[in-house]
Amino acid sequence: MTMGDPSASQMPAPPGPGMAPVPGTGLDAETPEPVTAPPAAAPAPIGDAPIIEMRNIRVAFGGVHAVDGVSVDLKPGEVIGLVGGNGAGKSTLMRVLSGAHPADSGEILVDGNPVSITNPRDAKALGIETIYQTLALADNTDAAANVFLGRELRTRLGNLDDAAMESATRKVMGRLNPRFRNFKVPVMSLSGGQRQSIAIARAIHFNARVLIMDEPTAALGPAETAQVHELVAQLKSEGIGIFLISHDIHDVFDLADRITVMLQGKLVATVDKTAVTKDEVLAMIIMGKKPGEVTETELAELHG
Amino acid sequence: MSEATAVPTTAPSREPSTGRARSVLQSFELDTRLLGMIVALAIIWLGFNIISGGLFLTPRNLWNLSVQSATVAIMATGMVLIIVSRNIDLSIGSVLGLTGMFMAMIQAEWIPKTFGLGFDQPWTWIVTIAAGVALGALIGGFQGFVIAYVGVPSFIVTLGGLLVWRGLSFQLAQGQTIAPLDTTFQLLGGGPKGSLGANLSWLVGGIACLGIGYSLIAGRRRRRKYGFPTRPLGIDIVIGVVGVAIALGAVAVANAYPWPPQLASQYAAENGITEPAGGLIIPTGIANPVLIALAVTAVMTLVATRRRFGRYVFAIGGNPDAANLAGINTKRTILMTFVIMGVLSAIGGVVLSARLNAATVSLGTQSELYVIAAAVIGGTSFAGGIGTIPGAVLGAVVTQSLQSGMVLLRVDSPIQDIVVGIVLVAAVGFDTVIRRRST
Repeated sequence: MTMGDPSASQMPAPPGPGMAPVPGTGLDAETPEPVTAPPAAAPAPIGDAPIIEMRNIRVAFGGVHAVDGVSVDLKPGEVIGLVGGNGAGKSTLMRVLSGAHPADSGEILVDGNPVSITNPRDAKALGIETIYQTLALADNTDAAANVFLGRELRTRLGNLDDAAMESATRKVMGRLNPRFRNFKVPVMSLSGGQRQSIAIARAIHFNARVLIMDEPTAALGPAETAQVHELVAQLKSEGIGIFLISHDIHDVFDLADRITVMLQGKLVATVDKTAVTKDEVLAMIIMGKKPGEVTETELAELHG
Repeated sequence: MSEATAVPTTAPSREPSTGRARSVLQSFELDTRLLGMIVALAIIWLGFNIISGGLFLTPRNLWNLSVQSATVAIMATGMVLIIVSRNIDLSIGSVLGLTGMFMAMIQAEWIPKTFGLGFDQPWTWIVTIAAGVALGALIGGFQGFVIAYVGVPSFIVTLGGLLVWRGLSFQLAQGQTIAPLDTTFQLLGGGPKGSLGANLSWLVGGIACLGIGYSLIAGRRRRRKYGFPTRPLGIDIVIGVVGVAIALGAVAVANAYPWPPQLASQYAAENGITEPAGGLIIPTGIANPVLIALAVTAVMTLVATRRRFGRYVFAIGGNPDAANLAGINTKRTILMTFVIMGVLSAIGGVVLSARLNAATVSLGTQSELYVIAAAVIGGTSFAGGIGTIPGAVLGAVVTQSLQSGMVLLRVDSPIQDIVVGIVLVAAVGFDTVIRRRST
């Protein structure tokens, strides 16, 4: 699968046969496709140098420390599962990275260089795209207007080039959801799955290097959830780094390479998925205890 | 709208017939709402014409109607953007009044008296309008700043503005009426001399026809370039022919209204023309305020539908959070909608004061209500994100048609207000019910 841009060639893209026919993920509530087995993605080529480093990030709302000195990093082709209970601060941390909310202090590095992200435009310019849990679609406009919102294509005279935007949208949607036909209607009249695929199309059309997915499957049925999993695997194989915020620990174990756990605004730990059990992660989420610190009885109580 | 006309039919046959009607309309890819308004307007016109015994659909009455609608239409185009982005501007009547008074002072007091440069200089009207429009932009920008950057709700800011700008207008002239105005400036208010005459009116009609043809052809070409399905050629031709017929028909009506005999005789005497028997017939043509309104409508339609700014206004109205997260500078966009509204209010001030040949303290009073009514009757939704410029202009024509028709029937002015008020609520109620049923 190519991103259809020159920079894609810089990435360790999978070889020819694997990239040509991309099976449609078909995010469409009305016409769920039979879930096909995920394509045999090439072993995830996780890079060594992090694309993103967030250091000692702090955000306070009034007197409440929503994010309190948290550091995380993300490598190309890596999926970080960001978990924690309600109010743990995981969404706020990601809102800092996507430019939706400024950090009170802390540092963000992209490719090792300090950057300043003060608004969503800055983040997008750095190749950081976000799929919000609410999808953040302008419901009264059509698919193309949403995909290109804030980055409209224009003619030489500076007018909107709606035909060019529709054409590009048809292409990217053809990849994500080949059955999608409703290019001329406001997105409010579309199904949940269709809206989700538009939000994803917007994130991947502009050659994202880093993708933040906030509860991407929370509103989806089982078939659609499987399709999102497939998409994550594909994007990962292209060398895109993904922050996956999720409540669902099974999701995270299926998709993530490393798991970052937050509790009450603080980082509990970032662990390798292969080094922990689900119960140990649960203990981190609920009690804030790292795998070494937790006792057998405490683990047993989790199921009590 | 197709549902509305099909209501009396029985239940079983209703489904297929409305379905077919709708699919025919859909193949035209026209705004069914706009078509419904045109039908409503036709009913109002025919109704008044029958009741008044043929007085309504005369060139004279339609010409007057076009001039009366112009000011409201000009400002309604800006009100659409304001309401679409979930705001309101209650101050426009006062901004109109203040800018009108300011311009009257410039041309009738400050240039001739304070600076002693004399009355009726050839450049007076240009300087005056430039200053008036700049003041409108400044006022709009100030209100927009307080709304977008300070975060005071637009209802409050512009309610304050309604009082403040009207009060300043009184202060500016110590409550006096400023008159007469510059002779060239007066022409912008319409009247026989402030109209285009036959030839220029036909030219405007011709330009409109070219515009219709160009937009249809360019639209087809754009879609073909990307291999998208285009509308059937026959339908485009029908739309083009109807559009051209309306444009040329309107010019013909405007030209069919002759100058008043007295003025024509005076003109003949001044220019040494011997009057033919039955008097000299001089076609009035399109009035200048109508020309201004047409130009404003064209520009504002372009801004709303073809420019990035317009797209952002609609996106903000649809989902302010999404617009923000997409990296749109929502504050600057909101501020700009108020700047545009201020400019359009000043243009309204030009037309209204020029037509009166005076600026009074009450200039433009309550016009905010008619402008908001026009935008809303024209399909602009207070929920945000929905509205069209041509719809608002049609809304202005509908409200003015009701008023002018009732004046023709000698309905008392309180009754006129009652009718307009009822129509406003009924139109929105009707629309809400239709929309609820169609989704």
